[in-house]
Amino acid sequence: MKNILKSTLFLGLLVAFTSCNNSGKSGGNGALSNNIAEKVYVAPGEHDSHYAFISGGYSGNLTVYGLPSGRMFKEIPVFSQFPTNGYGYSEETKPMLETSYGFIPWDDSHHPDISQTNGELDGRWVFINGNNTPRIARVSLRSFETEEIIEVPNSAGNHSSSFITENTEYVVAGTRFSVPVPQRDMPIKDYKGNFKGALTFISVDPEHGHMDIKFQVLMPGFNYDLSHPGRGKSHGWFFFTTYNTEEANTLLEVNASQNDKDFIAAINWKKIEEYVNNGGGTMMPANYAHNLLDEATHIVTSTMKKEVRVVNPSEVPGAVYLLPTPKSPHGCDVDPSGEYIVGNGKLSANLTVHSFTKMLDAIENEKFAGDAYGIPILNFEDVLAGSVEQPGLGPLHTEFDGKGNAYTTFFISSEVVKWKLGTWEVIDRKPTYYSVGHLTIPGGNSRKPFGKYMFAMNKITKDRYLPVGPEMEHSAQLYDISGDKMELLLDFPTHGEPHYAAAIPAEIIKENSLKFYKLADNKHPHKATNEGETKVVRDGKNVHVYMTLIRSHFAPDNIEGVKVGDKVYFHITNLEQDFDVPHGFAIIGANNAELLIAPGQTRTLTWEPKQVGVWPFYCTDFCSALHQEMQGYVRVSPKDSNIELSWSLGDDI
Amino acid sequence: MKKASIIMIIGSLLLLGLFKFPLWNIMLGAPQYPEPLGMNIYIDGIEGVEEFDLQNIDGLNHYIGMKTIPKPDEMWEFSVFPKVVLTMVILGVIIGIFGYLEKINYKLFLGWFLLMSVLGILGMYDFNNWLIDYGSNLDPNAIIKITNPDGTPMSYKPPLLGFQKLLNFDVTSLPHIGGYLMFIGMFLTLIAFWMGRKASLRQTKA
Ligand SMILES: [Cu+2]
Repeated sequence: MKNILKSTLFLGLLVAFTSCNNSGKSGGNGALSNNIAEKVYVAPGEHDSHYAFISGGYSGNLTVYGLPSGRMFKEIPVFSQFPTNGYGYSEETKPMLETSYGFIPWDDSHHPDISQTNGELDGRWVFINGNNTPRIARVSLRSFETEEIIEVPNSAGNHSSSFITENTEYVVAGTRFSVPVPQRDMPIKDYKGNFKGALTFISVDPEHGHMDIKFQVLMPGFNYDLSHPGRGKSHGWFFFTTYNTEEANTLLEVNASQNDKDFIAAINWKKIEEYVNNGGGTMMPANYAHNLLDEATHIVTSTMKKEVRVVNPSEVPGAVYLLPTPKSPHGCDVDPSGEYIVGNGKLSANLTVHSFTKMLDAIENEKFAGDAYGIPILNFEDVLAGSVEQPGLGPLHTEFDGKGNAYTTFFISSEVVKWKLGTWEVIDRKPTYYSVGHLTIPGGNSRKPFGKYMFAMNKITKDRYLPVGPEMEHSAQLYDISGDKMELLLDFPTHGEPHYAAAIPAEIIKENSLKFYKLADNKHPHKATNEGETKVVRDGKNVHVYMTLIRSHFAPDNIEGVKVGDKVYFHITNLEQDFDVPHGFAIIGANNAELLIAPGQTRTLTWEPKQVGVWPFYCTDFCSALHQEMQGYVRVSPKDSNIELSWSLGDDI
Repeated sequence: MKKASIIMIIGSLLLLGLFKFPLWNIMLGAPQYPEPLGMNIYIDGIEGVEEFDLQNIDGLNHYIGMKTIPKPDEMWEFSVFPKVVLTMVILGVIIGIFGYLEKINYKLFLGWFLLMSVLGILGMYDFNNWLIDYGSNLDPNAIIKITNPDGTPMSYKPPLLGFQKLLNFDVTSLPHIGGYLMFIGMFLTLIAFWMGRKASLRQTKA
């Protein structure tokens, strides 16, 4: 009864704040009263100054936007099949979506993070987590394609991910849900003390970016919500917010909100790394997929890994501490100097900021308040740097501008609040209209933020755009933060549900962007690098077509001798060596997708003809003045037919 | 005469630049090619300015039925030009050396210049003929056929020198480093002649 009363009160509060926000909104939106339009206008042919990589949430992808225009440039499929280009449908890319549960063609992608060198964005890769089937992906910022996905065992709800240490030594994958480790059949009510939360440290090869699970820390069965690496003075540490330190297993809304304080778990990963390098930890049987694109063959190979190294934190003294943090903290954000760790208690009226220096001091003087499963708990007062008093309701995430200011989103009061590090005073606040989640400042997750723009990502859009029925795309809002006060510049729709985003000045990556794949470097086993190499080969019921594309024809364009019940593999190479000249391939009755084949690339589509006839195929990408002529036919004969395989191009002329 | 001869030698040697640098350059720009396509014409063959420019130019040209850009072994010029240039360099240097040793008359400097000019003009004439053939000898099965207002087939001949609009392309044809070195070299041999003449007049006066 008491609990019900509490949640009713809380809901009332929420409504009050939302309506207050609505009434405030109609007043002060004076976009036309000054030159705001000019600040986001990027003239035709000119380039935006920044790239933004926005996670697509339940779309499983990553979208690329330009700032300040808010124009969307590309949708990069990561954990999702993508009929637009055949990702996850073509034979080469299907293995990218393999997991220990089989082929999983979707996920919930949350937090992109750009690779760093010396704590600064280096623009080589962007990493992003799949939340549902725990995975971490690496996307190349040269090809803007997903190059690698590693599954995370002993994990569930891969949420406090994918954040990167300041030399890209590790990308972390922290589990949101604690689960039995190893998984087993057991009563759910026995959760407490039996479930574990795995925090996974995935090493990144400095040259190629290849990922490998170095170790997993098996933490107590809390929920691990978000995380951030230390930087500068705190480099070598990683911080994770927790909730449900009550270890409840049902009605968490109430049962996980009982403790006044949950924790930020501080992990000294350098210490654990050293322990592991000296043979510490134990190898544990596991089953997880590692999917890697070969740059030369353009083919993804999926390998199942069979063990993982796990570390019990109580066996590495001095490596893990718990920092009490009020009220189910969500965001866990470290300022550019590495001194301040902001823990945003979702249900707290104040914002809590811990001091790294004070934390080290408390550790050195062994001022512990107790322990949880052998992990020392520090005193709240000993580590507190300060708190921002009553800044708003429902604080979620904080980013930094590199000028000593922090910006925090407030979900319930729907606003962004700017406050000063050290003095904890609120400097400015701006409404975001409807339930903001994350916010991003380019480089805001590094030692060197580029503090010109900030954008907030909303969970609800309502009347910001023309209505399109009950379900709308979400919205981002771009602010100029170069002055004392934030200035709202632009609304732009985002695809899927935007969680976090990473943004970077354009010049760091645009010069390295790949224009086409070199045909001479193509090592695909089924490539045809010129029309002379095209052929059709039968291998039992499998028919392999080695086909080429060039403006404006297929070679071959007439194929005969295919039979009902065959499985036809179209291995198609795009011979173009020119920027932005892909060709498409579509064939009637294909049960999977079309293909979009980049210049110099080879892609394979399977087609299982079910009906006798002469069936057309064509190019789906308007490639030239004669695109419409870019077509051909496959003759499909009955199962028992004895028509020999034959193929041709241009014999009539 | 010694100074003049040294300049004669330097002038002739500048022609060696043609073995390293392109003689001529033709650039093709269009809205869909933010980075224009281009070909560099060397005395022994044609190369793309960027690695795949020739392939892409050929790809475009096939629509209007133009021949592919010739490979070195498809034109006699590319084997003869280097020999001619090398001969002229050697000849110029020999003339210069003999001039230095005062064994020959400065008028031979002018002779070399005139011979080189004649060869150069013949070369340009030949090059222009090739451009005419390349731009107007089109495949009768060409996909796109465009005629002039008078009904004659349009020529896609690039300009020998300067700028011209060809369909949607802006074509610019200019000498390149090797060409400029050659012009400077030839100009130097003319100066050598003039200095030799001055020196010889001074000698006669004295
Ligand atoms: Cu096409």
